[in-house]
Amino acid sequence: MSRAADEAQPPAGAAGEREPVLALSGVRRAYGEHVVLDGVDLEVRAHEVVALIGASGSGKSTLLRTANLLEPIDDGVIRLAGRDISDPRVDADAVRARIGAVFQHYNLFPHLSVLDNVTLASRLVHRTSKAEAERRGQELLASIGLANFARAYPDRLSGGQQQRVAIVRALATGPELLLLDEVTSALDPELVGEVLALVRSLADGGTTILMATHEMAFARDVADRVVFLDGGRIVEQGPSREFFAAPREERTRAFLARVLPG
Amino acid sequence: MSAASPDGAWRPSELELGRRAFRRRQTWRSVLVSALSTLVFAGLLAWAVLGSPGWARVAETFFDPEVAIASLPRIAQGLLLNLQVLVFAAVGVLLVAITLATLRTLRGPVFFPLRAIAAGYTDLFRGVPLLIVLYLVGYGVPALEFFPRLPVAVWGTIAIVLVYSAYVAEVFRAGIEAVHPSQRLAARSLGLSHAQTMRRVVLPQAIRKVTPALMNDFVAMQKDVGLISVLGAVDAVRAAQIETAHYFNFTPYVVAGLLFVLLALPMVRLTDWVTARMRRREQIGSIV
Repeated sequence: MSRAADEAQPPAGAAGEREPVLALSGVRRAYGEHVVLDGVDLEVRAHEVVALIGASGSGKSTLLRTANLLEPIDDGVIRLAGRDISDPRVDADAVRARIGAVFQHYNLFPHLSVLDNVTLASRLVHRTSKAEAERRGQELLASIGLANFARAYPDRLSGGQQQRVAIVRALATGPELLLLDEVTSALDPELVGEVLALVRSLADGGTTILMATHEMAFARDVADRVVFLDGGRIVEQGPSREFFAAPREERTRAFLARVLPG
Repeated sequence: MSAASPDGAWRPSELELGRRAFRRRQTWRSVLVSALSTLVFAGLLAWAVLGSPGWARVAETFFDPEVAIASLPRIAQGLLLNLQVLVFAAVGVLLVAITLATLRTLRGPVFFPLRAIAAGYTDLFRGVPLLIVLYLVGYGVPALEFFPRLPVAVWGTIAIVLVYSAYVAEVFRAGIEAVHPSQRLAARSLGLSHAQTMRRVVLPQAIRKVTPALMNDFVAMQKDVGLISVLGAVDAVRAAQIETAHYFNFTPYVVAGLLFVLLALPMVRLTDWVTARMRRREQIGSIV
């Protein structure tokens, strides 16, 4: 399960051999007086799975949104495969086309069939032919056991099924990085397992993932590294097993004591 | 990156200052480009109009400054009547439209006649041209000799209320239906009655959702109040017509038109502002 960062392959077309897929340095975001991200430095290397944990309002979601430029930053630099994407000259749509994102509430498009949801970006953004996009879409749906629902509309699916479709929709264009924002938080407990299993299989398959999560056991088992955010700052980070076995900071221990059973 | 200053407060980094400067330059560039393209466009338009063979005569009959100044007081006087009609019509339309929309949401077989009347009303008055309603109400209803003699402007106002209520009721109904059903369930679960749920929970949200559409209808009504002139009320349009006949020149119509535009402008700007503010709220700080 431990896929150390130094085994990582450089991403195709990356500037340097050891360039992280995503690198934030000194990222700051404030709403007026309220500082949401206060100088965050974070790297995600190729094939690495990084879990962001922290209380509500600690900045996890904001951090994820800054990474695909949905949220402007007030200072700092964000690099994607070595290139500064926080520069105002950068084409944000082109950046987002290289990053997959999945949200808490699935956000499937209710007016499109499951297959059309999955193939939309391939066809509109990446100009893949309809036949090729649908072949790939069917393949992805088959891989999550939902091939029979290709022509159905999202409201026919359970929450867990919808979220799994949302995940393959994000993967359909072969992104370099997958952002997962609390993807199980809106699900009924009995549906959480199927979504986590899919994320786990993606992690095992080498997908680079940055995820915000409340599932501590999942973070410990699947993530290579855990990052604890509090008040918009990274308080502590480390390899996931060490992090949970022996947290160094008092604030981390207090947080874990609140969220871990027993 | 973000270097902390000696007093501990955050100061933007050189890089961030550079990005801000770049964004400012971009803003300036956009302003310059839009100004330039506006100038070119206006120039072409002016060249086409001013260069047309009949321009001299059109300028004389439609844009005579002396006639404009001479006719302005009477037209402005007329516009005051339009404003009065507008205020009463706006209040009337809101009341009738909310009532109609609420009637259409009533459940239960007992209320079928009310629902049917409300539905029939909106069907009828969205179909009939405003001008015909004006004639029927303005000349037909007084002929019943049922009511005391009232100024034609009053009948004109009633006709406008009749027609616009039908449109605005549909806007409200769309808003009511756009409030998520779970809101109704939540209110009923608290023990609120159907009426209480509508008044305290559904309508406030519905009105917020349809505010831009309502303001748009209000702008449309602002100029349609000019149609009461067909009943003989001396409003801005009628005054312009009289002045036009007097000076044998069409400039008063242009003056009246400009006055109506000035009347509409604040509302148009306000609508844009409200819409933009609602969009900002819904996007919670995000930029797409």
